[in-house]
Amino acid sequence: MTERYDAIVVGAGHNGLVCSALLAKAGKRVLVLEAKDQVGGAAITRAFATGYSVSACAHLLYQLQPKVRKDLGLKIEYAAENMETIALSPNGQHVRITGNRVDGVSDADTDSYRGFYKRMTRFADLLQTYMNRPPARLANGTAKDLLTLARLGLDVRLLGKTEMREFLRLIGMNIYDELVERFESPLLKGALSLDAVLGTHLGPRSPNTILTYLYRLCGNHGRLDSPAGGMSSVTEALAHAARDNGATIRTGMPVKRIIIENGRAAGVETENGDTFSSWLVVSNADPKSTIMDLVSPRNVETGFTRRVHNIRMRGNAAKLHLALDGLPTIEGLDKKDFGERMVIAPDEDYVERAFNPAKYGEFSSNPVLEVTFPSFRDSSLAPTGKHVLSAIVQYAPYKLKGGWTDATRDEFMQAAIEKLAEYAPDLPQRITASELLTPADIEKEFRITGGHWHHGELTLDQFLFVRPVGGAAQYAMPLDGLYLCGAGAHPGGGISGAAGRNAARVILSREKAA
Amino acid sequence: MKTYDAIVVGAGHNGLTNAAFLAKAGLDVLCVEKNEYIGGATVSRNLYKDWIYSNASYVCSLLRPEIFRALELSRHGLQITPYGGGTVFMQKGGYLGSYPDHDVHHREYSRFSKNDADAYERFSADTMRQCRFVRDFLLRTPADPTSFKPKDLKRLAHLGSKFFEMGEDRMYDTIRFWTMSVAEYLDEYFETDVIKAALSGSGIIGTALGIHSPGTAYVLLHHYMGEVDGNMGAWGFARGGMGAVAEAIAGAFQAYGGELRRDAGVEQILVKRGKVKGVALTNGEEIDARIVVSGMDVKRTFLKCMDKKDLPADFYHRVENFKIRGSSGKLNIALDGMPSFPALPKGSPLLDGDMHFIDSMERMERAYDDWKEGTWSKDPYVDMVIPTVSDPTMAPPGKHFMSCFVQYCPAKINGREWKPEEREAFGQTVIDQIAEYSPDFKDLILHVEVRTPKEIEDEAGLTEGNIFHGELTMDQLMFNRPVPGYAQYRAPVAGLYMCGSSTHPGGGVIAAPGANAAREILFDLSRSNTVPETFGDD
Amino acid sequence: MTIQEVQLDRKKSPFYSRQAKLDRLNQWHEWKGYSSADAFYNAELEYFAIRNSTAVFDLTPMTKYRITGPDSLDYIDRLVTRDMRKIKPGRVAYAVWCDDQGQVIDDGTIFHLMEGEYRLCSQERHMEWLTAAAIGLDVNIKEETADIAALAVQGPTSYSVLKNLGLDGVENLKLFGLMDFDFEGTNLMVSRTGYTGDLGYELWIDPSKAEALWDALFEAGTNYGIMAIGTTALEQSRIEAGYLAAYEDFLPALATVRTGRSRSPFEIGLGWLVDFKKPNFNGRRALAREKRSGSTWRLVKLDIEGNKPASHSYIYTKKYGRFRQVGFVTSAAWSPICKHNIAIGTVRTPNGKVGDTLWVEIYYQREMHWTRLMAKAEVVGKPFWDPERRRVTPPGVY
Repeated sequence: MTERYDAIVVGAGHNGLVCSALLAKAGKRVLVLEAKDQVGGAAITRAFATGYSVSACAHLLYQLQPKVRKDLGLKIEYAAENMETIALSPNGQHVRITGNRVDGVSDADTDSYRGFYKRMTRFADLLQTYMNRPPARLANGTAKDLLTLARLGLDVRLLGKTEMREFLRLIGMNIYDELVERFESPLLKGALSLDAVLGTHLGPRSPNTILTYLYRLCGNHGRLDSPAGGMSSVTEALAHAARDNGATIRTGMPVKRIIIENGRAAGVETENGDTFSSWLVVSNADPKSTIMDLVSPRNVETGFTRRVHNIRMRGNAAKLHLALDGLPTIEGLDKKDFGERMVIAPDEDYVERAFNPAKYGEFSSNPVLEVTFPSFRDSSLAPTGKHVLSAIVQYAPYKLKGGWTDATRDEFMQAAIEKLAEYAPDLPQRITASELLTPADIEKEFRITGGHWHHGELTLDQFLFVRPVGGAAQYAMPLDGLYLCGAGAHPGGGISGAAGRNAARVILSREKAA
Repeated sequence: MKTYDAIVVGAGHNGLTNAAFLAKAGLDVLCVEKNEYIGGATVSRNLYKDWIYSNASYVCSLLRPEIFRALELSRHGLQITPYGGGTVFMQKGGYLGSYPDHDVHHREYSRFSKNDADAYERFSADTMRQCRFVRDFLLRTPADPTSFKPKDLKRLAHLGSKFFEMGEDRMYDTIRFWTMSVAEYLDEYFETDVIKAALSGSGIIGTALGIHSPGTAYVLLHHYMGEVDGNMGAWGFARGGMGAVAEAIAGAFQAYGGELRRDAGVEQILVKRGKVKGVALTNGEEIDARIVVSGMDVKRTFLKCMDKKDLPADFYHRVENFKIRGSSGKLNIALDGMPSFPALPKGSPLLDGDMHFIDSMERMERAYDDWKEGTWSKDPYVDMVIPTVSDPTMAPPGKHFMSCFVQYCPAKINGREWKPEEREAFGQTVIDQIAEYSPDFKDLILHVEVRTPKEIEDEAGLTEGNIFHGELTMDQLMFNRPVPGYAQYRAPVAGLYMCGSSTHPGGGVIAAPGANAAREILFDLSRSNTVPETFGDD
Repeated sequence: MTIQEVQLDRKKSPFYSRQAKLDRLNQWHEWKGYSSADAFYNAELEYFAIRNSTAVFDLTPMTKYRITGPDSLDYIDRLVTRDMRKIKPGRVAYAVWCDDQGQVIDDGTIFHLMEGEYRLCSQERHMEWLTAAAIGLDVNIKEETADIAALAVQGPTSYSVLKNLGLDGVENLKLFGLMDFDFEGTNLMVSRTGYTGDLGYELWIDPSKAEALWDALFEAGTNYGIMAIGTTALEQSRIEAGYLAAYEDFLPALATVRTGRSRSPFEIGLGWLVDFKKPNFNGRRALAREKRSGSTWRLVKLDIEGNKPASHSYIYTKKYGRFRQVGFVTSAAWSPICKHNIAIGTVRTPNGKVGDTLWVEIYYQREMHWTRLMAKAEVVGKPFWDPERRRVTPPGVY
């Protein structure tokens, strides 16, 4: 028996849930199919050792779009808000960054950082306005597209002459030069470099890293929060919003293919053989698996297939989870500091050097890390007195020479732990259980091709008009009734909900127009 | 004392071009050059016996034919002759050739991959399309996107219409082309490592970027531009060495009544009451002029030859931050005979072409990693040519001149000056690399000139020896070049102009900056224009 | 160390030794790296061999791909615009394939060799596009241009020649059909296809047997006026038949640099090859859009007054005594058999409907002096030359 819906959303990642909730809110009969037994996609909390849970992929919230919160009336409880970033120094002379404030550096750097932050957030605000609307289609010639394009030009012009020139200059630049020009403190430069390259296949010297840095500031100016109960609480809240509006969410239902009839999407078939009909199918999966696996190139054009095939989406970020029998000691840190975000990126060249091997398919023997102890402020995640360390470790290229094996994974985990031990010498003894997710593991667990958390490298050649590929940047795929709503679409990844929201709005406005 | 209409500082090819067009318009122009020889980095030097060295730039691919024609350079002795193909030698034996004959080229690529052989056609068409797009802007002053002046709006509209004319898909391709790395661009066409390595070199020549750095695909154009016009003889050697280019332009300049002074280095550009007054030479002499045009790079012009207080602070700061990076060096070698390359068949036409010794993308990128670490590449990318194969005027019969362009080579070693032994070692690295593929090469060497960015800076005056007078990255192109707001050749002092490669469209022996600056100057003087725009062919 | 070297001189077809023996003119040109003759003795006589007896043309340089694998039908069907499910094994289809914008990449013939196995034959090379089209499908594509020697045997007596060669059963071979025969222990594939618009066949064989086949064929054709021909004669006959040539009548879309220089199938008179009833094929969306909103260009076959071939001519309309340029001629020839001055051209819609009168501007030279001529041209619907014998099965003994 085939059930018919107004819309079927493939995948209950956060973007899929945002999209479903908004479609349901508009009165659509929505079915969400999720492969795992739990909603959330890459924004979930799960156990990794008995008694220990962790936000398994994304672990900090900094980009959730205010418009998404507002549209869905989201209420999220936080274990920690406005967290500090502590750039760790081996000798305990740490540098602390929150908002426009930085401590532990020279006065010149403090001033300079304030100016830097002001300008960057201003540009980020500009960027954010684009994040929350679908990009124009070039030369489609409809009045609406021309208007969007004109607005793009106008917004940039409204920055004022000097700022606009600066924006146009900076947007393609690398963060390294900008940091070296402005700052003295190696730790500050290291930490900002890390922010710019986290989750990408770029080093701080790669042009384009100003863009990735700005992207991170979009939404909340880089303010870091940690949801109570881990990331699942965000996606559970989204799932609630969807259900409250009448959407049906079914977990444990991996979709095998999107059914195509007469050149348009007509429904989906799950792996256990169930079929569901709908003239509207929205995929929260990444563009590659959507087109290559769910739709099949047979049903789309060759040039389009090639473009999709060429999307660069090879992850470089690994995720490290450690169960600890107690907090480690780090010189120069108070106990309360363990509730903050720590980064290991001693200077900008260190980050660049960590990146070098990734270019050749090798992992960094001296990796950069973003470290949190989520259990410190959230006792639900570990047994009393015990703790969880959750870290993003770079660089671990998806295409490792010779491929990822248990042995290479262990090797990389050891490199990460050794690096941590340089700062927290007693950490190794405190480890009672551990887990490292390489991009290959992330691909498998979260069904993201290449294990790339943005579903596609966030560089100018895969941005705005050309994300995921030129001509398909407006969420509609070149196949009637099929839309993308995930991070692979504009504007990109991060727990922002922007893609899901934009997709829902495009779908609804297209329907109105039809 | 005489007041010139204009003084052009530096007799490099851009300075001379600028001076020639001004003189052609009837201005009384003086061009001053610090060296006893002219040409700047477009120069032929006689540094060893009867050998002529193109010791800085070594091929002529970009020189705008419009300028060539407008200045009647053939009358002044300039002849550009094409050369035949290229070679990449492979570490494990064998080679990849590049042939001027279309089908032979296809067959050669087919030896490695049929896909790549066919893909080359799409690659050529796509790259050519980008060349055509860019070509239209070479001999035009860039629009200021922040300006609401009718002239700028018109320029912007022109840019917009050229862009939209391409059609939807190709606009996307264009956006991507301008922003992606040369490695990724090539990945979209080719599967064979050595083919990608062969083509990627053009994406990094002269830049302080690696093949994986976003934005390098664009630099490819600086290689392909020469082929775009479909006119024969666009790409090749200048007969008699690159100095022939400068000599011909200087000939034109003088024929139009211009005055050229050698051994006349400028100490300072003089400014009086916010207006340019003339120049002071290093020997203390002062020369007055209503206009001063600097052919030097912007750092040298504004940071070394001007008083800081004569310039707006913001401008000065931006010039300080302008990125001019030494990334390449040069070896000029006199040879006792033609070296043999056993990997090539006897009599191969490839001997009359450029040669390269890096056969993989990984080696290309690793060469860059060395530079990032503040040292020269231990396995460098060398672009080697022997112009004497087809030009008998540059060396005695049977003898040869070899030019090796080497990347990467930093301006400083770990932030400090080069030591002589390091320079030797750098030269040796290159010689060893070539000798791996040519057993008799070392024995044929009669004389070697090793030039790190330091020597290039000292002689030609290019800051950090950067051949483009500034990185060709997006933040320093078009309306951002050299500094946002000052991309239209006017410096922030009345009567002072820039005409060097620091300005749009940038470096290479292209002569467009000099020509464009002349056009703007003549406009400011309400003189009739002597400077051509594009041929306007489609 | 062995020195690898690419062959610098032109490739020689396996029939080269035989052709060289017949060659009196030494006029060769390059065709995809091969030497291909313009003519051997006299192009006019060679032309009349096509229309009057039997002409033999060396097709080996045609680009040939073998497509196999479980998804081969799906693959081919997505590649081209016509419904390949209808082309059974043993049949050949003329087809056209497009990029995503519905612009023609090339045309060619597709041989359904056996279940799940195809040969695609085209003038241009397409490995990269064919590889891209295979992404996500289970097919294997192999270029086999040099692995197969091919001859076109065309003309009214061609059937008799083949019969005389001992190809029993060839009488049953229908237009666009293919059959396998044994030739000295080697498979000889014969298809009833061609580029001349006349009765004719194409022969496909292993290169090792090429010379033997040539010899046997000419032996069998002695009494039927068999003659080797070059490209000049072939070109004339293909214009008469109204067939298109890439780079002349259309430009392969992937090779265009300028906007608007490519053409859709509708714009080159191949709309009949586009089947919107079949499953998805490349260019479908764009072509459906074009079908709705109309095309920009139209291909015209022109019957031009006078006898001066209208090569490279502009095409005009004439209204109220004023000429307006609407297109240009892409191929032109004097048709010796029809005594018509014919051309193929491209004009902007809505001009160029069958029956319309257009004008072409012809420049011709007589004894150094050039003359300009405005000649009236009628747009015709049918090919100039399309004899009944091309289709009749079994063919008669002409």
